Amino acid sequence: MRARRARAAAIFWSTLAWPALAFAHAQAGGTISFSSGFLHPISGLDHIVAMLAVGIWGAQLGAPAIWLLPVTFPVVMAFGGFLALVGVPLPGIEIGIAISAIGLGLAVCLEARPSLWIAALLVGVFAIFHGHAHGAELPPGANGIAYSIGFVIATGLLHATGISVGLVHRWLAGRVALRVAGAAIAVLGLGFLWRAVA
Amino acid sequence: MSPATPTRARRLIGFAVFAALLGTAPAASAHLVTTNLGPFYDGFAHFFTAPETLLPVLALALLAGLRGPAFGRALLLCLPVAWLAGACGSVWLAPRAALPLGTAGVTLAFGALVAADVALPRLCVAGFAGGLGLFAGALSGADLARASAPLTLAMGTTCALFITTALIAGRVTSLRAPWTRIAVRVAGSWIAASGLLMLGWALR
Repeated sequence: MRARRARAAAIFWSTLAWPALAFAHAQAGGTISFSSGFLHPISGLDHIVAMLAVGIWGAQLGAPAIWLLPVTFPVVMAFGGFLALVGVPLPGIEIGIAISAIGLGLAVCLEARPSLWIAALLVGVFAIFHGHAHGAELPPGANGIAYSIGFVIATGLLHATGISVGLVHRWLAGRVALRVAGAAIAVLGLGFLWRAVA
Repeated sequence: MSPATPTRARRLIGFAVFAALLGTAPAASAHLVTTNLGPFYDGFAHFFTAPETLLPVLALALLAGLRGPAFGRALLLCLPVAWLAGACGSVWLAPRAALPLGTAGVTLAFGALVAADVALPRLCVAGFAGGLGLFAGALSGADLARASAPLTLAMGTTCALFITTALIAGRVTSLRAPWTRIAVRVAGSWIAASGLLMLGWALR
């Protein structure tokens, strides 16, 4: 009895491990485009660290920056994607993305407290580079709407993750840990910059 | 022969009831072919599989919910009626091509209004609901016109729209904690961002 159960479980889990795409729905391709859009922001370390840093910095600054910065970033990033889609070129995208990681990492590390509009402007400028890179790297034949929704949701969730991490700021040890994380993000940004200019 | 134990007797009674129910079961008419409700559910599902019309509706429901119950009631009155009118008009008139530029623009505008939490008058929200209903209903109707029972499909879509709008606007209206209103505004910014990208795709 126990052996039969174990065998059935083994078959079940091995079947789950090799699923094939069903294309069972009428709008074939929509799901793929949603997942492509969703995976795009979380498939590159340069994007991930910058977006996490936005959330962490917002949490360090407190209200209203804690929600204003993560609102600013996706909207301005979408504007960058829009520019790429309509064919407006933006030189030095990879350098801009690397500088965004350095700048945001330093802001977290130093617990920088500029006025709100300067913080929003800084985040907005960085977001344009990230959005343009996403818009320029769209896969051919993707469903634009599904891709866009997946892309925005993933970005927003990365910010939410950053904010959640940043909530440790209320404890002294948490504040130190966040500053170390900011330094690590800035160092990573230097690595991205080296790769971009090399 | 030994008398039946209580457990065995219960089993026998259960089996007899089960057999009797099976023997006297009427036709269930569970399949949509016999009920003629298939197109209704197709229309119901159609609403949720068309994000280009779902997103602006979500944004408008969030906007009305942020402003309060009176706005939610105005939305519930205007949007489904206008949607059904637009769909019926589109079904009876010549089907038209989808307007991705228009849907993207509407999504961007309504999402931005939610993100900014703009205090619009109730008449304005009702006007937006009527306009969106006519526009998106006509687009939806153009898709449904190719089906065999377009009006039943349109009824299904309108019911899905009504239920979705009522649930979302009602839920947002009941939110009291300050951070929940901020979460709604963040959702609005996500919708606006999606609208902006949709606009880029439309202009590409």
